[in-house]
Amino acid sequence: MSYSEKIKDVIDRSDVALFMKGTPQFVMCGNSDRALQALRRAGAPVTAVDILPDPMIRQELAALSGWPTIPQVFVGGELVGGADIVEELESSGELEQTLRERLGDDYASRRDEQTVTL
Amino acid sequence: MSAERLKSLLTEAFPDADELDVQDRTGGGDHFQVIVTSPSLTGLSLVEQHRRVYEVLAAPLADGTIHELRIKTKGST
Repeated sequence: MSYSEKIKDVIDRSDVALFMKGTPQFVMCGNSDRALQALRRAGAPVTAVDILPDPMIRQELAALSGWPTIPQVFVGGELVGGADIVEELESSGELEQTLRERLGDDYASRRDEQTVTL
Repeated sequence: MSAERLKSLLTEAFPDADELDVQDRTGGGDHFQVIVTSPSLTGLSLVEQHRRVYEVLAAPLADGTIHELRIKTKGST
């Protein structure tokens, strides 16, 4: 599978996909950390993907989503935004609302945080 | 890139903005915070609003001139 297919697959199959620099265990960028922490506070079942191992991952992700920066957060297969948007949605209460609407009321108990490698 | 140059790109794209502010967050000319409040953003989702800003700054984002960009957008009437 090409990166583009693998990326699409992760977006489609994950409740919450977080494309980030580094992993949740070893975050390599402040903005990726901001998005991760906001998602954690909302109890989101995060599937994290590290984009750093190969520059092609970032390139193909940007082409696919039309979003030029990292991190990128997808909920239920749809782009929610980057760190600024996720934090803004959190402070207005809309982050949990979006998670509930797209994933169901039990979203927080659906799965533990995980990291996948492309 | 200077904050002024970035601001002029945004002013051109959002001529009717009620608020338009660009901060160079580190003084190094590559970490910026951008605030845009404009009627042309009204009715758009946050993702669409940020996309509008990204479109305006596509070139400096693509060539790495802008290393990090924080965006705060709002529609206005």
